[in-house]
Amino acid sequence: MKAFTLDHADSSASAITAMAAGARTIAGGTNLVDLMKLQVEVPDKLVSIRSIGLNDITQDDDGLLIGALVSNADCAADTRVRQSWPLLAKAILAGASPQLRNRATTGGNLCQRTRCGYFYDTTQACNKREPGRGCAAREGFNRIHAVLGTSEACIATYPGDMAVAMLALDAVVLVDGPGGAREIPIARFHRQPGDDPSRDNVLEDGELITAVRLPAPTGGVQVYRKVRDRASYAFALVSVAADVTMVQGRIARCALAFGSLGTVPWRDAAVEDLLVGETPSPALYTRAAEVLLKDARGFGANDFKIPLTARALAATLHEATKG
Amino acid sequence: MLTACVNGTDHPLPSDPRRTLLDWLRDDLALPGTKKGCDHGQCGACTVIVDGRRMNSCLSLAQLHHGDSIETIESIGSADKLSVLQKAFVTHDGFQCGYCTPGQICSAKALMQELSDGWASAVSDDITVTPAITKEELRERMSGNLCRCGAYSNIIAALEEVLADHPLHEGASA
Ligand SMILES: Cc1cc2nc3c(=O)[nH]c(=O)nc-3n(C[C@H](O)[C@H](O)[C@H](O)COP(=O)(O)OP(=O)(O)OC[C@H]3O[C@@H](n4cnc5c(N)ncnc54)[C@H](O)[C@@H]3O)c2cc1C
Ligand code: SF4
Ligand code: FES
Ligand code: FES
Repeated sequence: MKAFTLDHADSSASAITAMAAGARTIAGGTNLVDLMKLQVEVPDKLVSIRSIGLNDITQDDDGLLIGALVSNADCAADTRVRQSWPLLAKAILAGASPQLRNRATTGGNLCQRTRCGYFYDTTQACNKREPGRGCAAREGFNRIHAVLGTSEACIATYPGDMAVAMLALDAVVLVDGPGGAREIPIARFHRQPGDDPSRDNVLEDGELITAVRLPAPTGGVQVYRKVRDRASYAFALVSVAADVTMVQGRIARCALAFGSLGTVPWRDAAVEDLLVGETPSPALYTRAAEVLLKDARGFGANDFKIPLTARALAATLHEATKG
Repeated sequence: MLTACVNGTDHPLPSDPRRTLLDWLRDDLALPGTKKGCDHGQCGACTVIVDGRRMNSCLSLAQLHHGDSIETIESIGSADKLSVLQKAFVTHDGFQCGYCTPGQICSAKALMQELSDGWASAVSDDITVTPAITKEELRERMSGNLCRCGAYSNIIAALEEVLADHPLHEGASA
């Protein structure tokens, strides 16, 4: 690791001050330390936010407020989450390992970086790590890469699970910073690469995630389906988060989000509109997949994600609607 | 001064912020029981128990552990006084080379606590209730610990024996 200084903030305000002065936040460290060891990330200054509080989950009429420092394990073990937002617990439990989930935090998980192998290897060209150097993945090993939302500059996925569930649950990310507090719907939190893949999300310099708010539960059937190379402790090739309400045999409401499919957690209103009001059937699932994947484009090794997603979507919808 | 309690004794944390919890334990505190496999969170060999929770010590900076209570394999048993879990690993051949074993034991010990706290896992049928303990549950819950010798089925057998012999609240202190 390159040398750096490490300060310990005791409040959000002191963390924001340090961040505004150029320090990088460290929470669990499970992503940042990994990348610092490889010198993919080389911050000069770190500020630990482990002692600033923000480690409670509270419930009110508007829903649930999950502090940014709540560990992934605590969030998945929370009785309210398990009862009313099981999709979130299932997605978290499908990710990483028990050891990592104990250390990883809500804010850190949202900001985790891509697992693109060229991003991790400083000898390779990568526009996300070094803007302007090119993208080795386009013509390289791109089996895990995105088929939606890609750009000339970058085809990497946001790799996580938790945010995919949060997207289907219409979560809102609460941030605070030098310019004051603001709320960002999670659908607008992650950034598609465009011509600037170095920025993964819309946080401004010095902005700290303080919490994630989940609106009141829908009462729908919630399913998280993760397809991966081994049964556990592996990132998704594709994942589907679904929250579906059935009324008299028809889909009355449905929210669907997809992980490791696009460059950001992916949601498509046209797919949901097509499904609402319909009676579930394999033919309907095929039509939904066609709408979802109409602009999908593979880069060789990841072409399989397109038919795989269609099948994962069908299996998820079947499970969520079978009653 | 930043300090952490390791196996019951307070120690000053290292002055270099780059020191990982793993390197601090092994190299500065001379506690080499905790192993370095991948150094990137991918194998579980470095698992220790921090404030009752299992974690990968390779991905954490030592200085982030001010005030924490850390338990390593050295506090769980010794060659002449094996813990219940360690005895069960011996009985069931839960290892071959033994490199992953300290991490497996620490992980298994903390897992017992998670089970008695009623935590669900990715394979639980109904995550709203305390799941029944099945082989499948144990395999999923131990999936953060890789074993290159492939002792997996014997490790699960060892855990099943401990769980059968010791009701969960005792298992946690096994
Ligand atoms: C082997 C391995 C397997 C994994 N498998 C999965 C998986 O299957 N699914 C999955 O979803 N994840 C997986 N992960 C990733 C894991 O979930 C993340 O590493 C973790 O969630 C990051 O949280 P953290 O608190 O440790 O973040 P840190 O490493 O502390 O920080 C990560 C980033 O977030 C920033 N940050 C942290 N907190 C805040 C905040 N409050 N406000 C603003 N910025 C902040 C940091 O500056 C940094 O850039 C895996 C990780 C490993 C090592
Ligand atoms: S896909 Fe993105 S992260 Fe991967 S090499 Fe290309 S620019 Fe870098
Ligand atoms: S050495 Fe820490 S997980 Fe492999
Ligand atoms: S016993 Fe050899 S790695 Fe597990």
